[in-house]
Amino acid sequence: MPESGIKLLQNSAMSKVKAKKRTVEEDEEQFPMFAKSDNDAGGLDDDDGNDDLSDSEESVFSGLEESGSDDEDDDEQENCLADSEEEEANLSEEVKSETETDVPVPNSVKKTQTVSKSTKERKPKKKQNVSADGENQEEKVTSGSDSGLRVSSQVDEYEQDTSDEEDIRNTVGNIPMEWYKDYPHIGYDLDGKKIFKPIRNKDELDEFLDKMENPDYWRTIHDKMTGTDVCLSDEQVDLVHRLQQGKFGDVNFNEYEPAIDFFSNEVMIHPVTNRPADKRSFIPSLIEKEKVGKLVHAIKMGWIKPRRPKETAPQYYDLWAKEDPNAILGRHKMHIPAPKMRLPGHEESYNPPPEYLLTDEERQVWEQQDPDERKLSFLPQKYLSLRAVPAFSRFIQERFERCLDLYLCPRQRKMRVNVNPEDLIPKLPRPRDLQPFPTLQSLVYHGHSSLIRSISISPSGQWLVSGSDDCTVRFWEVCTTRCLKTMEVGGPVKSVAWNPAPSISLVAVSYGENVILVNPGLGDRLICSATDQLISSYEEPEEVKDQQVQWAVPEGKAQEQGQRLILTHPKAVKQVSWHGRGDYLACVMPDDGSSLQVVIHQVSRRRTQNPFHRNKGAVQCVSFHPSRPYFLVATQRYVRVYNLIKQELTKKLMANCKWISSMAVHPGGDNVICGSYDCRLAWFDLDLSTKPYKVLRHHKKALRGVAYHKHYPLFASGSDDGTVIVCHGMVYNDLLQNPLIVPVKVLKGHIITHDLGVLDVAFHPTQPWVFSSGADGTVRLFT
Amino acid sequence: MGGLQKKKYESGSATNYISRNKARKKLSLSLADFRRLCILKGIYPHEPKHKKKVNKGSTAQRTFYLLKDIRFLMHEPIVGKFREYKIFVRKLRKAYGKAEWGTAEKLRGNKPGYKLDHIIKERYPTFIDALRDVDDALSMCFLFSTFPRTGKCHVQTIELCRRLSVEWMNYIITLRSLRKVFLSIKGIYYQAEVLGQIITWLVPYQFAHDHPTDVDYRVMATFTELYTTLLGFINFRLYQTLNLVYPPKVTHSQPAVMLHFDLLSEFGFYCSLLSLSKLSALSASLVRVVSTAEAEEAELDHFPAEGEDGEKLAERLKARQDQDRQEKLFEGLKFFLNREVPRESLAFVLRCFGAQVSWDKSLCIGSTYDVTDETITHHVVDRPSLEKQYINRYYVQPQWVYDCVNARMLLPVEDYFVGVTLPPHLSPFVEEKEGDYVPPEKLKLLALQKGERPEEEEDNDDSEEEEDEDQSDDEDELKGMEEKQASSVKVTPGEAKPVNRQRAEQEAKAEEKRLAVMMMKKRDKYLYDKIMFGKKRSVREANKMSAKRKALDEASKANKKKKLKK
Repeated sequence: MPESGIKLLQNSAMSKVKAKKRTVEEDEEQFPMFAKSDNDAGGLDDDDGNDDLSDSEESVFSGLEESGSDDEDDDEQENCLADSEEEEANLSEEVKSETETDVPVPNSVKKTQTVSKSTKERKPKKKQNVSADGENQEEKVTSGSDSGLRVSSQVDEYEQDTSDEEDIRNTVGNIPMEWYKDYPHIGYDLDGKKIFKPIRNKDELDEFLDKMENPDYWRTIHDKMTGTDVCLSDEQVDLVHRLQQGKFGDVNFNEYEPAIDFFSNEVMIHPVTNRPADKRSFIPSLIEKEKVGKLVHAIKMGWIKPRRPKETAPQYYDLWAKEDPNAILGRHKMHIPAPKMRLPGHEESYNPPPEYLLTDEERQVWEQQDPDERKLSFLPQKYLSLRAVPAFSRFIQERFERCLDLYLCPRQRKMRVNVNPEDLIPKLPRPRDLQPFPTLQSLVYHGHSSLIRSISISPSGQWLVSGSDDCTVRFWEVCTTRCLKTMEVGGPVKSVAWNPAPSISLVAVSYGENVILVNPGLGDRLICSATDQLISSYEEPEEVKDQQVQWAVPEGKAQEQGQRLILTHPKAVKQVSWHGRGDYLACVMPDDGSSLQVVIHQVSRRRTQNPFHRNKGAVQCVSFHPSRPYFLVATQRYVRVYNLIKQELTKKLMANCKWISSMAVHPGGDNVICGSYDCRLAWFDLDLSTKPYKVLRHHKKALRGVAYHKHYPLFASGSDDGTVIVCHGMVYNDLLQNPLIVPVKVLKGHIITHDLGVLDVAFHPTQPWVFSSGADGTVRLFT
Repeated sequence: MGGLQKKKYESGSATNYISRNKARKKLSLSLADFRRLCILKGIYPHEPKHKKKVNKGSTAQRTFYLLKDIRFLMHEPIVGKFREYKIFVRKLRKAYGKAEWGTAEKLRGNKPGYKLDHIIKERYPTFIDALRDVDDALSMCFLFSTFPRTGKCHVQTIELCRRLSVEWMNYIITLRSLRKVFLSIKGIYYQAEVLGQIITWLVPYQFAHDHPTDVDYRVMATFTELYTTLLGFINFRLYQTLNLVYPPKVTHSQPAVMLHFDLLSEFGFYCSLLSLSKLSALSASLVRVVSTAEAEEAELDHFPAEGEDGEKLAERLKARQDQDRQEKLFEGLKFFLNREVPRESLAFVLRCFGAQVSWDKSLCIGSTYDVTDETITHHVVDRPSLEKQYINRYYVQPQWVYDCVNARMLLPVEDYFVGVTLPPHLSPFVEEKEGDYVPPEKLKLLALQKGERPEEEEDNDDSEEEEDEDQSDDEDELKGMEEKQASSVKVTPGEAKPVNRQRAEQEAKAEEKRLAVMMMKKRDKYLYDKIMFGKKRSVREANKMSAKRKALDEASKANKKKKLKK
């Protein structure tokens, strides 16, 4: 052991000291050895620099027992070397002898200690001796040992690797010491002599006494290898503490030294390590040579070919060099080319005219709308200059949507109707060419206080009768609008009808369940009196039939007023209608499904007939055919034409409407018009079909009355919307030519009251004038 | 009687259509591949007339293809390539999974590819067909060429797109066939006329895109694949027709530059890159196969087309002259682009109309002269003010160039000087019909084109309103009459009412028309109502616009007055 220690020492003298944790740890493993760095020495290192350094550099290898003194001079180094060996030998001998002689253990220990001390005293020391104090040996020793430790770590690692050095005081090596449990010795020293165990092992009592008496007991450790107790110095204890705390063994070691970047980009003039280059780095490899040789051979033989560079750039050429203009698409003929994108309008400009920008409200509306419903897919923006225009955030999306459209949308050829709306308007003869027809409102007949349900004109065209809801019937002179006569009746007048026969002056008036025949006493006296005579000439037949209708002759005031007959019906009468000859009078009592809805009276014989056993539906109005013995009955949806002579149903006209309100028969007899509550006017050509020849929807609201003109090809319809529409309805004698219907005039004038406008229309028998009665209590004449 | 019973859905429309899923199964392709095939071949779904019949009684929502289309797809060689590719991917995945890098490398080297040449030829049997469909291809290529070189799609694709679009622009410049340009908020629309076809494309502004997440880039990439092929062939053909060298080369006027390029051309990569950038500078003309001198400008004879009288011929001639004049719009002018203006767009437009363009050397390659050049006539600037100004040139904002192109004439520069509030930029694509709203700027422009200074805007007459008034007048008269009759016994001297014969006539006509409309057939009436509704709506909109404009003008006038007072 001293040998190595000395060597170390020599080296240490030459090099700077630096302890390394690694070595410390290794030492610890190998030996129960503790090194402790001297605080003083360290402090000196720091303070004074070189002077003290040398002192601390004194080293002893794992010197537990060793304690050095600094007394020796440098000169003595050589001697010391020899001496130490000798001494060592002596010492071991002494120890041996002692053990042999069974000296009590503490003594022997002491001896060994003293011996070791003496050896230490002769230990080689540094060139310079700093601490001259011989008294405080302990410190010196520790510092020496400490420095020794440092040296061992400090020196060139490769030469002086102490990691695997054995403890040479006992040569048994690193074995469990209990193997020597049964032997008196614990191993062999360098010379092969046994090292004996201490004579007497400490028993419990000794232990206890020791504990009590020895102040250094806590720092005393038993060395199994040598069988001795070792008292740790302060420094060693300190080292133990530091290691326990996980610190470095060396106090002076700075963990946080600035790192030196050896392998930096800066080219240094010296290599970082001076390790020589490997041999393989300059001798070519045989294996590689072989491999390369094989590859070369394979290339020579053509077994390996270089990979051809891939053609990445597309090659273009004249694809349509031989184009065939007649070639159809490879696909079938139904291919529809994709439509082009819509071109942008002004609003898409970066600087649009200001009116294209959205106002705040418009913008709000735009934001609230669903993106699919928006008229513009973007918000128009205005930028003051081109450099202010940002990227359009939805650009990629829009392109993508276009792509989707191209491959996901079904395509259809939409035939755009490129129609000039003027062409759709039918070419009709100009109304001016179809004159005469009423064009202007010329007269208004005021007098009634309530709505006028019905009007009728005398066959001469001189007088007008109107029946109103104010329970009066008024007779007017047409030309002067003068009310000639007012007759009060017992209820709201539903219908009035002037007898069409020119030789009879009779007016049928229906109110409630009664129908009265009135002789107005206007016009020709002769005719009036003839009429009176006609009625009064009636003779009661012998057999009085039981009739459903009571015929009565009024008397007194009524008679004076002109009432000639009163017919009392079982039900309310809605409409009265004369036959062309003026003898027959049809009355309608609408009642759904009843058998008694229509009755026909014969005035001259005061007889009443019920022509139908059974009626289908509620009868709305009836009319006699002007020339033939036909009778037309309009129910809600159909018009039935009965032959009165044959007593059978001739025709059933389907009006294609929900509820017929009124009906008129063309004086020629072959055409019928029906007005309905669902705004329609149906023109039937009886020769053509049972379906309407034409349905006119001119009015906005329900039709209340329709009428034909006797001579002129005109017909009129009055409606709740307050208008009377006059149409030209030409019926040709030639059966092959269909009637020509042209609306010629919309007449306005009536004021709508209670949602009712015009209630009845009637033509003047000779002039192209039309009368209309309205809910506003007036009758108006349009000429 | 006899014969077999007819079964449902075994003939007729049910057999003419096939649902998408069935078609996919029939072609044994994955949905992605099927989509790709449809895109490449231009197959689109069809909407059957009787959907329920085709759907065999079910009303479920399905996409239907024509069976003929699908049969046609079955013979497509590309379907085989798709399958090969699928197998390739599988093999590659396996190799990677086993960490057989060598195999993977080998596989990668033999990656199967396909060409779309035959599809292009098949979809567009004639060149004109292809040209007609080039709009979308151009827009797509221009979009892709602005993509960043990382991420979204292959760099090669982007570079190819860039190359093709630059080639196209160069062709348009050489042909001088640009007609209209429009700066919209989405991008810049260009419209050119090539071989009689009107082609419009949209170029986004030069900004980085924020790539949306709701876009399937695979679909876009497939379209781009098709479009690049199409555009490549079209470009080749177009260059050929003009006797230009394809791929295009730039004529080097300056020997020094040429030498420089020669040196560089030793490195092929640099050469291609440089030529592309040189080309994209758009400042130099292209190399021709035949030298240009004798090929240019033979006077064309004009023959009247069949059934064309002299008037029409004259008209056509005039249009032709107009076009020629437009093509030489900027001839002889020398432009300098400041660095803040969109260089590529402006250079393209200006060169299309015969101007000389240059820019700052540090801005882009290919600048031909410097700012200090005294012969510069116009300097395009887009900043509020400029410090150093030369006296002998106009400093205009970029909108002037575009407006001039659209107006087909050199507009007065005063409105476009630096720092001036620009006049509105109008869309050249809008052709106002009768009754549409025409912004006053457009009217001014039209007047300018005719060569006169505009004075006042014309009023849009509102005939309808008048009509309404007439009617109400009528009613009023009647009412008045009634009242008179009801109340008056006294006679007051009446005022002679001036009879407006014209108006009466108009009224009569309107009445006549109204009556005739009443007599329309139901079907016609429906159509007529629809048309009239549309017309009325457009009139309403036009009125709204003009009202808005009026209000805005008044407001701005008031503002001006206020300012003046202050």
